[in-house]
Amino acid sequence: MRVLMFGWEFPPHIAGGLGTACYGMTKGLAHAGVDVLFVMPSASGDEDQSSVRIINASDVAVYDTFHDVDEYLGKVQFLRVGSNLHPYIDPVDFTDLVEEEQRSQSEEFRFYFRQKYKFSGKYGKNLMEEVARYAMVAGAIAAEQEFDVIHAHDWLTYLAGIAAKRVSGKPLVIHVHATSFDRGSADNIDTRVYDIERKGMLEADKVITVSDLTRNIVINKYGIDPEKVVTVHNAVDFSGREKLSVDRGVHDKVITFLGRITFQKGPEYFIEAAAKVLKVCPNTRFVMAGSGDMMNRCIRYVAKLGIADRFYFTGFLRGDDVQKMFALSDVYVMPSVSEPFGISPLEAMKSDVPTIISKQSGVAEVLKYAIKVDFWDVNALADAMYGLLNYPALPKLATERGREEVDNLKWDSAAVKVRSVYESAIEGK
Amino acid sequence: MNKSVCFYFQVHQPDRLRQFRFFDIGNDFHYLDEFSNRTIVRRVAERCYLPANRMLHDLILRHNGAFKVAFSISGAAIEQFQRYVPEVIDSFKALAATGCVEFLSETYSHSLASLSSMTEFKKQVKQHADMTKRLFGVKPVVFRNTELLYSDMIGAAVADMGYNVMLTEGAKHILGWKSPNFVYANPVNPRLKLLLRNFTLSDDIAFRFSDKAWASWPLTADKFADWVVSALEKDDVLNLFMDYETFGEHQRVASGIFDFMNALPAAVLARKIDFCTPSEAVQRYQPVAPLHVPYPISWADEERDTSAWLGNELQEEAFNKLYALEADVYKTKDDNILSIFRKLQESDHFYYMCTKFFSDGSVHSYFNPYDTPYEAFINYMNVLADFELRVKEKLKEKKTK
Repeated sequence: MRVLMFGWEFPPHIAGGLGTACYGMTKGLAHAGVDVLFVMPSASGDEDQSSVRIINASDVAVYDTFHDVDEYLGKVQFLRVGSNLHPYIDPVDFTDLVEEEQRSQSEEFRFYFRQKYKFSGKYGKNLMEEVARYAMVAGAIAAEQEFDVIHAHDWLTYLAGIAAKRVSGKPLVIHVHATSFDRGSADNIDTRVYDIERKGMLEADKVITVSDLTRNIVINKYGIDPEKVVTVHNAVDFSGREKLSVDRGVHDKVITFLGRITFQKGPEYFIEAAAKVLKVCPNTRFVMAGSGDMMNRCIRYVAKLGIADRFYFTGFLRGDDVQKMFALSDVYVMPSVSEPFGISPLEAMKSDVPTIISKQSGVAEVLKYAIKVDFWDVNALADAMYGLLNYPALPKLATERGREEVDNLKWDSAAVKVRSVYESAIEGK
Repeated sequence: MNKSVCFYFQVHQPDRLRQFRFFDIGNDFHYLDEFSNRTIVRRVAERCYLPANRMLHDLILRHNGAFKVAFSISGAAIEQFQRYVPEVIDSFKALAATGCVEFLSETYSHSLASLSSMTEFKKQVKQHADMTKRLFGVKPVVFRNTELLYSDMIGAAVADMGYNVMLTEGAKHILGWKSPNFVYANPVNPRLKLLLRNFTLSDDIAFRFSDKAWASWPLTADKFADWVVSALEKDDVLNLFMDYETFGEHQRVASGIFDFMNALPAAVLARKIDFCTPSEAVQRYQPVAPLHVPYPISWADEERDTSAWLGNELQEEAFNKLYALEADVYKTKDDNILSIFRKLQESDHFYYMCTKFFSDGSVHSYFNPYDTPYEAFINYMNVLADFELRVKEKLKEKKTK
């Protein structure tokens, strides 16, 4: 079986969890006997191609099979939009160079026959344009390649998936890693993104969601037939990772929040719980690692609560620093308001850090040995923190059993489920 | 007639703890969730205790004393009845007055003390026996430990307290090929006779009665009486031990459990098998062999051991921290402190912290007010931390006086 897979990023150049998930999944699929042709907008050439063949969309010339650009655009019905777009993931810094390049391309937004388009592959302000162009290139690739099924990851690639389906007539599986409802509050979603998402879900033969939480959103908020929506929980791949040893400067216990500091991640609940714990356990330190649009507000809040001497902001952490942060932590907290899956608690548990997660996260469906609280229940969150700090049996059990539990979440088993979704899509069930 | 059925019903209600956050530690000496305790006890009384007692009372009168049962009622349950539904106590007293009901002895607070402190264990057994005598007029002579916990050593200690009979589980890993339907004896002190629960037939009523996927559903009194006959073909006494809440609570009235029980005594008596209480059983039947139980057994879960209460680090930590306070609690000589110490010993608190999610998880979650074992543990430890402060304060007060 061969799958034409559309992604947006692939390690080592990644901005979010999507690339990591694609990497693990393609490796698992290779073990399950599925060939993967992985298309991404902008490959650098240093991606690990041991289990996939990567097609760089920037290298693909669009043939003049489509004589009329308008007709093609009509087919994919993409939106041409200006620059005031909410980015998908915000903490990515763009070099001036990339932005400059994009601006120049944006000004001349026309489709050139037999022309290659240089994708940035980032989540910039010309995202919508890139998404649309990606779809056109996808059509060209689909006409050229042999495959049995199409697999598109997240809304950025849905139009590409649809184009490929129309050109090839092969079944389309779309994979929902997140929805518009996870990016903004329910009354403030980006309707253009929503439309693309819904279009992809309607057009798809099968929809894979990363959790039952997301599955419910897809069914209830996008009105998709429950029959064709299947949950395949994400897994994690920690192979090749060594445990870091870090010298601790302080002997106090450290409780960590690590993630984007945005509304959906629930940072203010973490701060409020911290203030409660500090009243009773003054020798505790709190770290908020990450950046995001609520960071300044959070810093002010910490100051207002008078706990700034025990509460630290690190900014955005990269590479090894993430591992070091885990190694320095005694408790990891993810109080997300809405989290389709959430891979970082698994990383924390893998690093032997006991973890508190919100019941409103997809990962809560697969973890038994993480402590779960409602994100809004600050008292319960504070109580769980206190328990982990003061009753040694609790972190001991959570750590030991948690590590075992995380070790058992394998991409190979997730890939087998994905393959059976392919099979049912091909058989038209 | 030389075959008997011996019914024993367990009556227990735990003192559920209220949500006790760490910022309550040192600020609030009030641990019980009175709302849910009251609600649950009243509900169970309405669905089970009152109608089931009425039914048993009728059965005893109808069969002119040929139908007999035994009860063990924990002190925790009695205290809640007194507080929330005193009419339940009256209806048990009415049963006691028939002379066909035997009341057994157990630990006052349904505790696991026999696994930790023999001193505390004996105090609680005495406290419970005194209460039973006061309420029902008879001093109990048969002992049943919390959750049917038993080992050679526990049995020997119980014999030392003057009991001649003890009930426990007919655990497969202890019995092997042997039948549970005989009287056995403790190997350390053979004066102590053992009655073993026949878990297959007991659970047919207690667990499987309303299970429509079960091949033998629906279970009728005649069908069950036939099984009793074949179980006792060569054996002496069939011990049917179960939670009393089986009637009306675990098995709802709509399942027909009351009709079944109402018809059962006549069906059994018609097959020339009679009913006896535990103390009568050991008078009638001789022990056939000593039974060696080196490690504690119980009637809980597939393992029939102590792992439902002391199977993980959380449970052991909480258990050890609790009993570490024992000496200090005695020193305070304060009735209130002692009473709370007893309530905190109820086995249910440890049951809530069990992490055996899969095999017996469904049974566990039925009985569990907490979503996860972690919550149960954190809440309990917060309460225990506060309790420890109270004990220390009391001791300091005493010293300064």
